[in-house]
Amino acid sequence: MKITKTILAMSLAAVMAMGVLSGCSSDQQSLEKIKESGEIVMYTNAEFAPFEYIGDNNEIVGVDVDIAKELAKDLGVELKIENVKFDTIIGAIQTGKGAFGAAGITVTPEREEQVDFSVKYVKSKQYIVQKTDSNFNTIDDLKGKQIGVQLGTTGDLTIDDALMAAADREDGTDGILYNSGAVLNQYNSAPLAAADIGTGKLDAVVVDELPAQAIANRENSGLKAVEMKYSDGSTVEEEYAFCVQKGNTELLEAINNTLERLMAEGKIDEYVLNHTTQE
Amino acid sequence: MEAFFDYLATSFYNTFIYQNRYLLFLEGLGNTILIAIFATLIGVILGILVAIVRVYSAQTGKLKWLDWICSVYLAVIRGTPTVVQLMIAYFMIFSFIDNTILVSVLAFGINSGAYVAEIVRGGILSVDKGQTEAGRSLGLSAATTMRSIVLPQAFKSCLPSLGNEFITILKETSVAGYIPVMDLTKAADLVRSRTMDPFFSLISIALVYLVLVLGMNAIFKAIERRMAKSDRR
Repeated sequence: MKITKTILAMSLAAVMAMGVLSGCSSDQQSLEKIKESGEIVMYTNAEFAPFEYIGDNNEIVGVDVDIAKELAKDLGVELKIENVKFDTIIGAIQTGKGAFGAAGITVTPEREEQVDFSVKYVKSKQYIVQKTDSNFNTIDDLKGKQIGVQLGTTGDLTIDDALMAAADREDGTDGILYNSGAVLNQYNSAPLAAADIGTGKLDAVVVDELPAQAIANRENSGLKAVEMKYSDGSTVEEEYAFCVQKGNTELLEAINNTLERLMAEGKIDEYVLNHTTQE
Repeated sequence: MEAFFDYLATSFYNTFIYQNRYLLFLEGLGNTILIAIFATLIGVILGILVAIVRVYSAQTGKLKWLDWICSVYLAVIRGTPTVVQLMIAYFMIFSFIDNTILVSVLAFGINSGAYVAEIVRGGILSVDKGQTEAGRSLGLSAATTMRSIVLPQAFKSCLPSLGNEFITILKETSVAGYIPVMDLTKAADLVRSRTMDPFFSLISIALVYLVLVLGMNAIFKAIERRMAKSDRR
């Protein structure tokens, strides 16, 4: 009797949760609604300099913020920034809590299933952060090593993919690191991962180019950042884009217009330069 | 040794002074305290109500359906992690509320209510049945007996566990950063991502949490002492 009751309770709770789930996915951040409310909400994770970080007045600044401000200006609305964990962003856009996500988000097939992406506005390479006396240059060099990444980032996805067996991978071959004894360690932020190189728990951290350099350039860090290559010498290149809720084409078009204008004016390179040299 | 002090001085400057970053920590501390206090309030109110319903239903066999809702609440809340509840509250249940601090207060409050309910229920059950019988035979209503005779005694015996629960809430607010709330831990995360120095900001906020908890401990000790005055043993 007691067990039946518990099962009943659990299933009821599940049903209620599903009702709530289906109820809220109808939130739409349509262009019309944004213009009406006079405010556009951007979701980001301000722990990713120079794209978004805490600036002089403890406000969130960065390349993505500069772009988003231009977007808001083009739409004639105010920009509101919500700062969350990186893995919360896609969910917030999916459920319509925010209009768009901008956090140096790399376009991947998995993410494209969840949200729609804008045009790609910046290219980033993956870097290996390591001790100054280490010598890791390619993914192959990481065989059998302890590798750190920031959870949910491209470094995480790249290394995770390289660790998989043929059956789980799209191209049907074993990943480079498969069965090599290499271990993937996921951290909440890249600097935290890099700290574990110092403690000897990690051999290397794989992270995007600019944060990697910021970590290695810290005074007395004892670390260096090296561009990660495949064994054939090609680089592991990623492209960033803004994301919006699936099917929100009007807003996506507006974002694309702004991005394309900024790229044509050479503004984005200027933003990157601004936010990397003031350090 | 000198190098170590140099490190401390530089880290302190980079973490707190540079670009007025201490303001960020203060804002985070304020939010942490705010969330903890109001979540505790909600937790206590909710917990006492749930505990009374459960005890009343168990003793009289009435209010079966309300008792059943309470058991589901306890099972779901105690059976899932706080951070998961927080995300569900933010994305689904309270997605219509714009104030994220309010959302986290509600989420942590509802979470805490389940634990407080069991603590209070234990407290009520620890009061001798003769107390209720005495109250009832003096002509007091069931409600008055509960309010003026049973609950005050129950409160005293569950005080230590309650203190423990309040400390737990304070520390659990450190996951608030998963939604757009700037609590103390999130402030440290943000600053750490700029200084690239993981140790100093972590140790600093650890000390702040520790001081807060020690303060709460002192308050609870004082209340317990005050409560013990009526003990004739």
